[in-house]
Amino acid sequence: MENRQESFGKRAIKFIKGNPIALLLVVAAIVVGCLKDNFFSWANFSNLVSNTAVRFLIALGVSGCLITKGTDLSAGRQVGFAAVIAGILCQKGDYANKMWKWAPEMSIGLVLLIVLVIGLIWGLINGFIVTKLHVPPFIATLGTQTIIYGISLVISDAQPIGGFQKIYTSLINGRLGDTRSFHLPYLLFVALVFGLLFWFIYNKTRHGKYMYAIGGNEVAAEVSGVNTTFTLVRIYATAGVMYALAGYLLAAKSGGASASMGQGYELEAIAGCTIGGVSTTGGIGTVPGILIGVLVFELLKIILQFLGVNPYYNYVVQGLVIVLAVALDIRKYIAKK
Amino acid sequence: MSEYVLEMTNVSKSFPGVKALDGVQLKLRPGKVHALMGENGAGKSTLMKCMFGIYKMDEGEIRMDGQPVTITDPMDALQKGIAMVHQELQPIPARTVGENIFLGRYPMKKALGFIPIVDHKKMYDDTAELLKKVRMTFDPKQKVGELSVSQMQSVEIAKAVSANCRVLILDEPTSSLTSNEVEALFRIVEDLKAENVAVVYISHKMDEILRIADEVTIMRDGKYIGTWEASELTTDKIITQMVGRELHNLYPPRENVPGEVVFEVKDFTSINPRSFRHVSFQLRKGEILGVGGLVGAQRTELMEGLFGIRSHSAGEVTYKGKPLKIDRPKDAIDQGVAMLTEDRRGSGIMGVLSVADNISISSLNKYLDHGIAINGKKVEQLVQDNVKKMNIRTPSSKTQIKSLSGGNQQKVLVGRWLANNPDVLILDEPTRGIDVGAKYEIYCIIADLAKEGKSIIMISSEMSELIGMSDRIMVMCDGRVTGFVNGSEATQENIMALATQFE
Repeated sequence: MENRQESFGKRAIKFIKGNPIALLLVVAAIVVGCLKDNFFSWANFSNLVSNTAVRFLIALGVSGCLITKGTDLSAGRQVGFAAVIAGILCQKGDYANKMWKWAPEMSIGLVLLIVLVIGLIWGLINGFIVTKLHVPPFIATLGTQTIIYGISLVISDAQPIGGFQKIYTSLINGRLGDTRSFHLPYLLFVALVFGLLFWFIYNKTRHGKYMYAIGGNEVAAEVSGVNTTFTLVRIYATAGVMYALAGYLLAAKSGGASASMGQGYELEAIAGCTIGGVSTTGGIGTVPGILIGVLVFELLKIILQFLGVNPYYNYVVQGLVIVLAVALDIRKYIAKK
Repeated sequence: MSEYVLEMTNVSKSFPGVKALDGVQLKLRPGKVHALMGENGAGKSTLMKCMFGIYKMDEGEIRMDGQPVTITDPMDALQKGIAMVHQELQPIPARTVGENIFLGRYPMKKALGFIPIVDHKKMYDDTAELLKKVRMTFDPKQKVGELSVSQMQSVEIAKAVSANCRVLILDEPTSSLTSNEVEALFRIVEDLKAENVAVVYISHKMDEILRIADEVTIMRDGKYIGTWEASELTTDKIITQMVGRELHNLYPPRENVPGEVVFEVKDFTSINPRSFRHVSFQLRKGEILGVGGLVGAQRTELMEGLFGIRSHSAGEVTYKGKPLKIDRPKDAIDQGVAMLTEDRRGSGIMGVLSVADNISISSLNKYLDHGIAINGKKVEQLVQDNVKKMNIRTPSSKTQIKSLSGGNQQKVLVGRWLANNPDVLILDEPTRGIDVGAKYEIYCIIADLAKEGKSIIMISSEMSELIGMSDRIMVMCDGRVTGFVNGSEATQENIMALATQFE
């Protein structure tokens, strides 16, 4: 039993060695903070936290797929779909451009429930295609994301959706504390609750252990009595629910929804997970790691924004960071050989 | 001219934390088969990788024909006439035999006088020539994936021969061959000897070594122990040198007493007509039933069928008179059957996960608090109990299982199954790829389990293990059970006679 009681210093050094990109970005943030006055402002902090919270929920969803050597390219489009449905159902009853004039004004709690159930169904469909039709996850979800986007366009008629009930936007954009000084967005608490929930599931439940086992060696897991089919379906279904939740929150956060909402979020989520140490070869990944990965990615975006970098270049830099992060991560395994 | 084609002297190589090689030497004569022996972890593979340019030596010298040489990488080794047939063959299954043999050095020609393209005709003609040399008759254009393991191996050897090699390394070449195929391999080796090739032969199988080797070098714990003429050696002598102690008993004494019949299989038949069919047998409480046969006898398939990994079309299985319905492994586990599969890496360990995760995966229901949360202390207790009971050597319960030795991995897997407290334990080649010392430990565990009243089915391709460990031996041939032999009456001859009873 070695390495049980490591000193804090040792653990910190180990963490820095394991996450050079994270460290680099924190340093960059401090530098930028010193150069630009309003970088260290409560508004900016709140903005970073809210953005990270929503992306984190999506990343949690996709992490199960990644840990089991799969992927879920439909994440972004599912977010968009949920945003469209939530947006339509949360429109004010007397709004002039109401999409579904026949629908009564619904309570936003009921809308949340409906959206989550729809997310669950999308997830179950993905799980079914992957486990029962044996289509590789990459292709399966490439197919479903196109389907989901198509249906989103049909339902929304490719129009932006607005005119939400006041309570929908104000609740989700709500915060604890005064806007001008220290305050914490409600979204932070949503993210924390789900972060803890996923940490518990991944570390303390059979489902979590089965998930890592499938990622480690699917055949061995099946031989050991793991119901791999059911476990994978549960993973994709859970993912669907998380995307739906994110979509519901995102529509309110932006004060409007459209079918193109969430586009590319699947890639951001996968990037966040990978930067956070979720291994592309399966069986490895932790919730704190995913949080750091997503946070780092959002931090990067804000830094670029403050530096006044041409937004088009942002993509270039983000792409470079993904490649660099994974290259550094892979080095750890190569060195061990 | 030196009398040796290749000499390695005073070779040392360290990895972080271990000295893998410590002043080792190996001297190869042309036209001789040189066996390299040692337990797993003795440094045989490391030495070969140094010779083949995969690892760089820390110290030491390689001479070819008396001249010092430096081997920088495998390509360089091939050019110098050193070829290696790996333990785990790595062909490209979807490509043809010819393409596999000439991979990376395709014969080229110029189309239209200036566009370099692959000269397929020359490649396949040369391949046919090479295959003839290794006494194989299949089509050079056949896909490698369609070949049997031994045929693939012949392709690998043909590949080595095609490089005009002077030194050929064969790493555990017979581990997945039938005895007929082994004979074919030996004929090829004899041909190579006649062509003055020096063959390095790595194997754990004593009878093979004593038959084919001219010289034997033995290593232990990364050190050079000595080199002998094969004619001076006996199995006992080799083992003594390998483990560094006298092994009086290869098998532990057994105190199990087979009781009443508990497990019964009737007319069990695969959905695949060429696999197992009409298999019936009984298993007693506390009995070790050995299952013998040649490779291809469908022993593994039968057991995987009983365990629900493969499907069956007919037959029934009963435990204590109660019929068992098994469609997937989970059904078998729930009904008290466990199976240690043959392919430890393919269907046994989950490499990147910890020892604790690996050992607890099939019995997680037992460690739940309030039916939901896994109690880490109970899992840790399970690990510690097994570590103590089976002498598992692991730095911690959080260590990734892939970093343990084969024997220790196997013990963890045995622990995984015992955690479910099964009544019937199916062990498929439980000691394959495990070194001599750990083998004995596994045998002791098996003997203890039988003594506790567990019923054990053990598939083994090692004749002496089968005879040494079984109360009864069921012999299969070509998907059928051809007979049973009592352990006390079993000989290589009567088992082989049953194993070759083809229809």
